[in-house]
Amino acid sequence: MSAATLYGLSAAALVGIGLFGLITHPDPLRKILAFNLLGGGVFLLFGVIARRGAAAGFGGDPVPQAIVITGIIVGFSATALAVALLQRLFEENNRTAPQAEGSMQGAPTVSSHDGDRGGGD
Amino acid sequence: MIVAGAFDLALAVTVLAVATWCVSVRATFAAVVAFVAFGLLVAVVWVRLAAVDVALTEVAIQGGIVGVLLLGATASLRRYKAAVAERSGATQRLAVAVFCAVVFLALATAVLTLPDPAPTLAPPVAASLLAFGLGNPVTGVLLGYRAIDTLLETVVLLLALIGVWSISPDRSWGGRPLPMHSAGRADALVYFARLLPPVGIVIGVYIVWVGADAPGGKFQGGTILAAMWMLVMMAGLRNPPSVARSGLRLLLVAGPAFFFIVGLAGLAISGGFLAYPAPYAKPIILLIELVLTPSVAVTLGLLVAGPPVRDARQ
Amino acid sequence: MAAIDAATAGGYLLVLALVLPYAGVFLSLILGGRYAERIALVLMPACLGVAIAIAAKVLQSGKALVYFVGGWAPPLGVALRVDGLSAAMMMTAAVVMGATALFARANFHQQRELPEARAPLMFWTLFQGIWGALNAVFIGGDLFNLYVALELLTFSAVPMVCLDGRAETLAAALRYLLFALMGSLLYLLGVALIYGTYGTLDIVLLSGRVGAEPTALVAAALMTAGLLAKTALFPLHLWLPPAHAGAPPAASTVLSALVIKASFFIVLRLWFDIMPGAMNQAAAQVLAALGSVAILFGSVLALRQARLKLLIAYSTVAQIGYLFLMFPLAIGSAWAMTGSSGAFTGGVLQAISHACAKAAMFMGAGLMAETLGHDRIAGLGGIARMMPMTTISFGLAGLSLMGLPPSGGFTAKWLLLMAAIQSGQWWWALVVLAGGLLTGGYIFRVLAQTVAEANEPAVQHLPVARGREGIVLAVALCSVLLGLVPISSFRLLHVGRFDMLAGGLL
Repeated sequence: MSAATLYGLSAAALVGIGLFGLITHPDPLRKILAFNLLGGGVFLLFGVIARRGAAAGFGGDPVPQAIVITGIIVGFSATALAVALLQRLFEENNRTAPQAEGSMQGAPTVSSHDGDRGGGD
Repeated sequence: MIVAGAFDLALAVTVLAVATWCVSVRATFAAVVAFVAFGLLVAVVWVRLAAVDVALTEVAIQGGIVGVLLLGATASLRRYKAAVAERSGATQRLAVAVFCAVVFLALATAVLTLPDPAPTLAPPVAASLLAFGLGNPVTGVLLGYRAIDTLLETVVLLLALIGVWSISPDRSWGGRPLPMHSAGRADALVYFARLLPPVGIVIGVYIVWVGADAPGGKFQGGTILAAMWMLVMMAGLRNPPSVARSGLRLLLVAGPAFFFIVGLAGLAISGGFLAYPAPYAKPIILLIELVLTPSVAVTLGLLVAGPPVRDARQ
Repeated sequence: MAAIDAATAGGYLLVLALVLPYAGVFLSLILGGRYAERIALVLMPACLGVAIAIAAKVLQSGKALVYFVGGWAPPLGVALRVDGLSAAMMMTAAVVMGATALFARANFHQQRELPEARAPLMFWTLFQGIWGALNAVFIGGDLFNLYVALELLTFSAVPMVCLDGRAETLAAALRYLLFALMGSLLYLLGVALIYGTYGTLDIVLLSGRVGAEPTALVAAALMTAGLLAKTALFPLHLWLPPAHAGAPPAASTVLSALVIKASFFIVLRLWFDIMPGAMNQAAAQVLAALGSVAILFGSVLALRQARLKLLIAYSTVAQIGYLFLMFPLAIGSAWAMTGSSGAFTGGVLQAISHACAKAAMFMGAGLMAETLGHDRIAGLGGIARMMPMTTISFGLAGLSLMGLPPSGGFTAKWLLLMAAIQSGQWWWALVVLAGGLLTGGYIFRVLAQTVAEANEPAVQHLPVARGREGIVLAVALCSVLLGLVPISSFRLLHVGRFDMLAGGLL
């Protein structure tokens, strides 16, 4: 198997891992991390396609490489916006009810009991 | 085709292992550290895939400023959170895992059935690169053939910053973002913040300049400049600027606006939006890169600094 | 159809459509909050003029307008392309954005003597950002250019949701952002596979090359899934109700009427222009099935809401489902080649008339909430006497959503019904009828409350602004007028379409 195909399969695996983390992890900061992993997988796939298109004296097709550079910058801006939203959300939640156990859509719940363990402990 | 050697295999396995650990480990701090390591390893993969420009961007952004952003978020959110949130039920996670496995299999099938020989745009790029006089084909694509994508991308950066600013509370409007760290006088951070920026600025500008003919460019160089500025702010040597200062806003807008103006000038002079007159293509491209660099650097630094939270008078 | 369209004259209009809104963003940021509103109001007629000029040129020439950026032709360069569908969507966007700008002046006014406030500057800047991004989506002729345009749209739309800074809207904005980002990455994944298989990202070039290869099928599935997340089709609709209900009224209007139509527009491009060779009836039936569930689920949930803005948001979830009924009726079968024009027109007309009707509803609900100080449906008694124009607008918009004549919604649903019956897929006809009944349920529920006598005398928090009510009525009348236009005048929508050119129908 060529190096490019190996990295292509790794990119597919990264997409699966990142997608799993993005959907299942309850903590928004971890979702943002998983989103970056997913992005890494997508960009790696572009890189594999660039490598397969090596010709005319270049090591790789420059068009997908340029696309990846643009994508990395856009992904960083998205991460920055998401982190800013998250920080402000936590500030607001803690300003109105510092000890509250209420849950907001999308925000982690503050849980102090394991209700599914059953029985008092 | 280079046959996959032991090094490639080891690298791929390590990358996937680090990614899996990043998703599954309990502590958020460990996950962020794992992510920074992931970024550095992926940069090595980019070098193996003969994409040095991308490797530079990856290591500067994913391994660099995204790491700073997420570490800062982890630290400040730790102040607020009381306990770790509950994970969703086991059956739900199993269902999602099956779905992700299906996606992986579909993608793997697609990767294995990609056509051979692969279609590529490298020959047309090589043939037309002489029209620009550039030596770096990626710069030719970014600022030449697909310049409109780069143009819109600089607007994306600016809009993301506007979005971050819009999240600030009303009472803090016109103020400054929080400093990212308060360091004592004798901290090693302050020492590095005095030592590194002059070197970093020279390297950053050099990378922008050399991007026309060798791997480099305004995003890579601009990120280094942004990192130096962040170092200075984190050490407390300078305060983040107030968002109401018109000089700051002019600096942010100057880059994208200049790019638009060059495009419109092309409409008037060369008969096409973002068309460059033939003998002046390389100087114009270099000029665009140099004018965009400060805007990109300041925008990236402010994106990490966050929305204004302090009063303007403080 | 693998030949590249030659660049046509008048391409500078496409550039103008892109440059004007962003020039507005730059100027607003530099000159500050005092001037941002004025810049946006100057921009509005200019952008409307450009949209009308583009539509006129497309109609007159009978072909799509094409522009090669920088003079570089695809596959190396990027092409901008406006066909009849793009022109119609740009005009709809211009009309709705213009009305929203006039409506929002009262909410986001920056006093001259006060220091710059956050909300007005941010609203007007993000507003112009959304307009520029919508134009970029409608004129884009390259798949990666469309990705950047989608990101522009997401970054401009998400901060609008949490403009008031409350914790609920911040949480809704974060959820919206995460769904939208996942959608963008899935879309980008498909773009990678398409480039790897065909070596180009230009829509015109791809339309001739794409067949039913496995990579193309995987790419199509991924891209469609990502765009469905952005369009909030069931089951990826969870982010929409809290986001659209929590945003300020002017923002909800733009989000529900236009922003979700942009990703739907790209799904149309994908299925009808790029990949008709790869699509089959089975996939189209799946899409329509999801749409049907959305219609039924969304309408039932709308019936159960206690707050007006949430009801309207769930109504959006339901009406989005109608858009996807057009897929099995317009492609993928032999019948579709001759009968597709009706279903295609019906689907696009549903998008356009829903934009006008939903805009009127959200703006009207905003006015009611400002006047009463709350938006509980049970407390709407007496509104009909206080604000007759708004109540009438709500009713007219409801006509379009229900599919009663005369309205654009009626024409759209009638076309879909006819296509369903003629193609033998009578089960979609049942869905359309059932959806109409359920929609009537929640519309009449609201209208009945507004004309009922109030339990206590309603407290007027603010005097009613007749001018703003007039704007709402005008937009609602647009959705009605669309139904009075003869169907043959919708031939604009078919200018420059690929599969009809191939079938020799033009």
